Parts: sequence; structure tokens; C-alpha cells
Amino acid sequence: MKKTFAMGGVHPKDSKLARKSAIEDLPLPATVAISMAQHLGAPATPVVAVGDKVKVGQVIAEPSGFVSARVHSSVSGTVKAIEPRTDLAGNLIPHVVIDVEGDEWLPEIDRTPDFKGDLTLSAEQILARIKDAGIVGLGGAAFPTHIKLSPPPGKTAEVLILNGTECEPYITSDDRIMREHPDEIAMGAKIMMKALGVGRCFIGIEENKPEAIAAMRIATIRFGGLVVVPLKKKYPQGGEKQLIDAIIGRRVPSMGLPIDTGAVVQNVGTSLAVYEAVQKNKPLIDNIVTVTGKCLPAQKNFRVRVGVPYSYLLEAVGGAPAKASKFISGGPMMGKAIRNLEATTQKATSSLLVLTEAETKRRAEGPCIRCGKCADACPMGLQPFLLNKLMRLNRTDEMEQEKIFDCIECGCCLYTCPANIPLLDYIRVGKADVMKIMRSRKK
Amino acid sequence: MSSEKPIVSPSPHLHGPESTRRVMGDVLIALLPVTLVAFLCYGWSVLILLLSGVATCVLCEYLINRFLLHRPCTIGDLSAIVTGVLLVLNLPPAAPWWIAVVGAVVAIGIAKMTFGGLGQNLFNPALVGRVFLLVSFPVLMTKWTLPHGFLQDYLPMLSSQVDAFTGATPLGVVKEGLISGGVASELAGSYTWQQLLFIRPGGSIGEISSVALLLGGIYLLCRRVIKVTIPVTIMATVAILATIFWSVDPARFTGPFFNVFTGGLLLGGIFMATDYVTSPMTTSGQILYGVGIGVIALCIRYFGSYPEGVSFSILIMNCVVPILNKYCKPRRFGKEAK
Repeated sequence: MKKTFAMGGVHPKDSKLARKSAIEDLPLPATVAISMAQHLGAPATPVVAVGDKVKVGQVIAEPSGFVSARVHSSVSGTVKAIEPRTDLAGNLIPHVVIDVEGDEWLPEIDRTPDFKGDLTLSAEQILARIKDAGIVGLGGAAFPTHIKLSPPPGKTAEVLILNGTECEPYITSDDRIMREHPDEIAMGAKIMMKALGVGRCFIGIEENKPEAIAAMRIATIRFGGLVVVPLKKKYPQGGEKQLIDAIIGRRVPSMGLPIDTGAVVQNVGTSLAVYEAVQKNKPLIDNIVTVTGKCLPAQKNFRVRVGVPYSYLLEAVGGAPAKASKFISGGPMMGKAIRNLEATTQKATSSLLVLTEAETKRRAEGPCIRCGKCADACPMGLQPFLLNKLMRLNRTDEMEQEKIFDCIECGCCLYTCPANIPLLDYIRVGKADVMKIMRSRKK
Repeated sequence: MSSEKPIVSPSPHLHGPESTRRVMGDVLIALLPVTLVAFLCYGWSVLILLLSGVATCVLCEYLINRFLLHRPCTIGDLSAIVTGVLLVLNLPPAAPWWIAVVGAVVAIGIAKMTFGGLGQNLFNPALVGRVFLLVSFPVLMTKWTLPHGFLQDYLPMLSSQVDAFTGATPLGVVKEGLISGGVASELAGSYTWQQLLFIRPGGSIGEISSVALLLGGIYLLCRRVIKVTIPVTIMATVAILATIFWSVDPARFTGPFFNVFTGGLLLGGIFMATDYVTSPMTTSGQILYGVGIGVIALCIRYFGSYPEGVSFSILIMNCVVPILNKYCKPRRFGKEAK
């Protein structure tokens, strides 16, 4: 029996259409627009001016708070504008817009494909490099990595867990990097283990990626302390809490942090970025993006510079057909629907998924038949039908008693509901309300 | 690119294959084996009852939605058909067609739609219809035809020893026998295990064959429509309790095998007690509910004046479901942080 998390979960069809497509470099666009809010926390402050010439890898914005991250230029050229632009959801966010001229990199960046396996830096030096390289978690939340690798006082890390589950249907970017860069990922893990001062690392990969499991197993042979753990295919296995439960059988307490279990979870993509930053001096200026969808002429995995418009990504696979009606940044279960296709990719963009109306249409809502399937599917042991009802009645106190704040917004309840009740839509609103009240109480 | 604006809505962007109609359709498929066996044993009367019961249920729901509640038509979810079929399977095979019509009107009109339709009713509609008929037409509702149709001609070893056309159900035989001074073990012993498992001598239409009911139950389990919790706790409770009573006094009390495989325990336990709307939603609640049904059903059989008590026990436990839902919470993911 392969391991998996104990409670709830669903089994959507994995639809990994692009799994056979090797990573290609996306040709450079004429202009990139780099967001200043690519990470969880305070937006970065631009340190370049309009008209400045920049090179690939040059710092263009510095962090503006403790939880914040540096931003680097992903292209070489001239800064055309520093202005608010709409992101994929339609919010105005400051962007640095750069006209691309050639592809000139900073000289200190090592662009050779050679593998560098020797590590002489101390833990502090590693953390500084990671911070300087502007690395954020590439699993989706984009939390600054150097903070996650520095446990708060009183907590100690015991084990590092690499997340290679890629439990979202369609996305294949992590699968491809594990197959194409297993040594670099393993080395990245080794670097993070040194930064954390831990001796063990588990790499969790779902069993629908046998090539990735094999490649990572071979790569880990040369490093001590790394173990590949094949996992059963079940969504949301890539959720931090679910992955810790699946691999080391410990549960993050309600309202607690993963570090409370002694585990630090990092995505395999982050591990690759850490390797490149520490060993090759390369800041986080590109990442792997899967462009996929059954209705597209082709499904591919691209190495994409940060700040490329989504429309440009679509053109690279031959454009979206007329019947394409929903564009999603990320996977179909937790990704965000794109309102504005001229918005640009960010550091943590993993996928551009295109769905037709038939594939994504929500069916008409019926009456709750009290089947309890939502509660069975909830990986946090909540009762979505009840939270939905309480939200509609606006009973904030009871929602708090029912632990609405534990919801990880994975969408299993809405996915599984036979009556098509938009459970998560209501729970999200209720959760935001409850969290607001709880925060104001703390003050 | 599409000329229209892209759809923007919150995640998830996919929906699973589940739907209310699929759930109800699966229940209907699971009821096919037992319905077929009943048709083979009792002949056309089964079809006539099914037709009148189901048609009345559907029509009733349609008319109430249309003219009383002014709500969109809901018969497409197939739940009215399920209620109709379950009601008819709870009738005696010799019941006249209008019995099914009256029962259906009560089931849909009173037990289901007055509460607000699917998902709102406190009691299982088919059982309310059945119990209404049982107390209103006690004679018609306890006239049992013995299996006599096609199957009986080909499988003589399953036919009852008596050649009568009507008779009492096994539970009825035991109850009456005990009152007139009989011994429980002998009364129950007059039925072979083949009869109890394959073709039962006498009973409601849907009680004809334990094996056919179990087949339906296995189908529902495989399709994940129901979980094992409720049926298994009911059967286990009845079996364990019956074993205790039977070993104490076999002359007064029938044994576990006889109690599980007679009467409405399988039909009720697999198809009626598991009704989503009227059963608890958490495993702990379902266990309490199943134990309650088992205890009450067996008590009615042993000590009550009715020979059978599954319908009553399920309806009684239906009352407790809201409380069970309130106090039985699922296991949460993590402990409270300090």
C-alpha cells in the first residue's frame, strides 16, 4: 500500500496532457511587465527609473517589509514604464515594464549546464543567497523561501519534505523538472537541509509520475539522507498539511504552522530555484509553465521569463480556439480564473489551463440531499454543508465553533456535491469574515 | 481567442461526476434484482402496483410543485420514482392498485412536499406511506400471497410445504404460534435456510429474496452511493441481540439467522434506513442510528403486538437524526494549537 493522507480527498481524472512534452525555452516577447506583488506579503519597491538600461538578473525592486521578496529583471533592455497595471484578476498592481533588447545576462550568473555538487557555504550564507535571489515558494502561495527556511524562535525543524506530488490535474511542470533536472533538485534539497540544519529529507511524488519517481531515486543515491516516497494519487495531496500527514504521519494543529510538526515543506520547483541561486548565482527570473487544455492545438511545458503576457503563452501553442471560454492560472482545482489575458506571468505561475464552457460549466444548484459526501471529501474533517448553511444565515459565532478557519479551500466539497451547491464559494466568504473577527479580537 | 469575455469564477473549475439524478438512478438499478424476482414470483400484480404507485408519486410531486408551491418541476431528479418503487416494495403482493395510489399520495403529498420537498423531510416518505396504509387498512395490508409464479414451477425445492395460496409471513407464523403456546425454535425451524435466503414464503413484495436485496446493496456500495455503516450496524445489532436472547431462552426467542433474513430488515436496512435525507451524516451518528434501529426492531418483534417492526423502528430513529447531526461531529484534522 502506498502512503497517502488519512482523511477525505477526491480523485479527479489527472489529464496530464503535456507530460510527454520536454521543457522548451519560450521565445522572448517584445515587452515584459514584471509585477511588484509576486509574493505573499508587502509589494516590492522599484529601484530602477524609467529609461534605465537593465540586464538579465539585475535587481529592479527591493523588499519593502519582513515578509517580502526582491524582484529581478527577467530580460535585458530599457525600462519603459513603472506604472499600475491590471493583474489577472483585474486588480491594479505596480509593474515595471521593460522593452526587450537582446538577451544580455549579468556576468556573475553561471549559465553553463554543468552540475555543481560541492557546497562550501554556511547556513547563514545560504539563506542570504536565497533571499538575494528573490526566491519564493513555487507551489502556489509564493511565500518568501528564506523566511520559511528560518524557523521562528522556539521551533526547530526536524525534517525537510520536498513536494513533488503535483496533485492538480493537467499541470506537468514539476513532473518535467523532476525528469529533466533530478540532480539539481536533489542538490537544492541538500542545500536547504544545510540551511535548516536537518539530516533527513523526504521527496513525496504521486504514483502517476513513475518516470519522475525513478529519476529522483537515481539522483538521491549520491546524496545521503534523501528518500523518495511514492504516494497514492489523491487530491489535495500537495496541500502542505496533507503532505506532512501522508509522509510522516503528523498533523499540523488547528491554527498552527507546519513547523509545529517539525517539518518544513518546499516545492521541487523551489528546490531547483535554490540550487540555481546558490550554486549558479542565478536569481529567480524564470520558471516552468505548463500551457495545457484539451481544446488547445498543442500542450507544452515552457521555461518562461517572469512577466510574459498570458496571451503570448497561448500564441506559443497555436492560439486558443473560439470555444475556449475559461483561462486559468494554475490547476483546475485551486487555480485562479484569468479576467485579463494581457496580465503577465509571475514567479509562482505553474500553468495556463484553457477549458471550454462544457468542461467547466457549473450545473444548476439543487436542494441539499444531506448525503454527507462533502464532509467525507473534506481533508480537514469539516462539515461543508453546515458551514454553507451557517454562512447563508450569517451565523459567524457558529462558523467559528465549526472551525471554518481550518478550511484550506481545496474545493473537494464543491467538486463532489451531487446537488452542485457552491459550498466553497460561501465558505470562503464566511472564512474571511470569521478571520477578520478573530484578528480584531487579538488586537 | 473567443470574442466573448472569458468566464471568471472562483475555483474549483471542475465538477465531479456525482449528481442527485445519478444517485437516485443507482438506487433504482439496485432495486431491479428484487423487483424482477418479485415479478417472477407474484406475476402481473407487482407491475400493476408499481405502475400505479410510481405514477401517483411523480404526478403528485409535479402537481404540488406546479399549483401549490409554484416552484420549478423537480421530478427530473428521480427521487419521486425511488419513493414510489420503495413504497410498492413495502406492500403485500395481493394489495389492490388503489392502495398504492393512496400510499403514494401520503408519501409524497404529506411526508415529502409539506416539509419542502427533497432534502427537507424528517421522515422517510415511503415508510410514512406504508405505515399510514398499515394502520388504515390493517386487513388488506396483512393479506400475504405466497410465491406462486414462474420461478416456483422451476425451483420446487424452494416452495413452501403448504399448498395454500395465502398464508402468514414467517414472522407472523412465529408470533401467532407463540401466542397459542408454540415453541420458537420449532416455529422458526419450519423454514429452510434456502427459503430464507433465496425465495421467502410470504411477505411484502420487496422482501421476496434476501440474495436479490444483498445484490442491490453490493451494487450501491460499489457505486459509493451508500456506506456500509448503517446496514452493517443494523444487522450486527439484531444478530448480536438475537443471539443473546435466543441462547437465554430458545423456546421464546427466535435466533439471529432467522431474524436477519426474515421480514423487512434487509429491505429496510439497505434501502430505507440509508436514505440520505433522513439518516445522520457522520459515521458516529450513523452507528448510533443503526444500533437504535436494530434494538427497536427486535424489541417490537420479540415483545410488541406487531410481528414486524422495521418500518416503525426506522421512523422512530428518523426523529432522532437532527439531534445526532448536531452532536456527532466528524474527527477534525488537527488538534487545537496550544
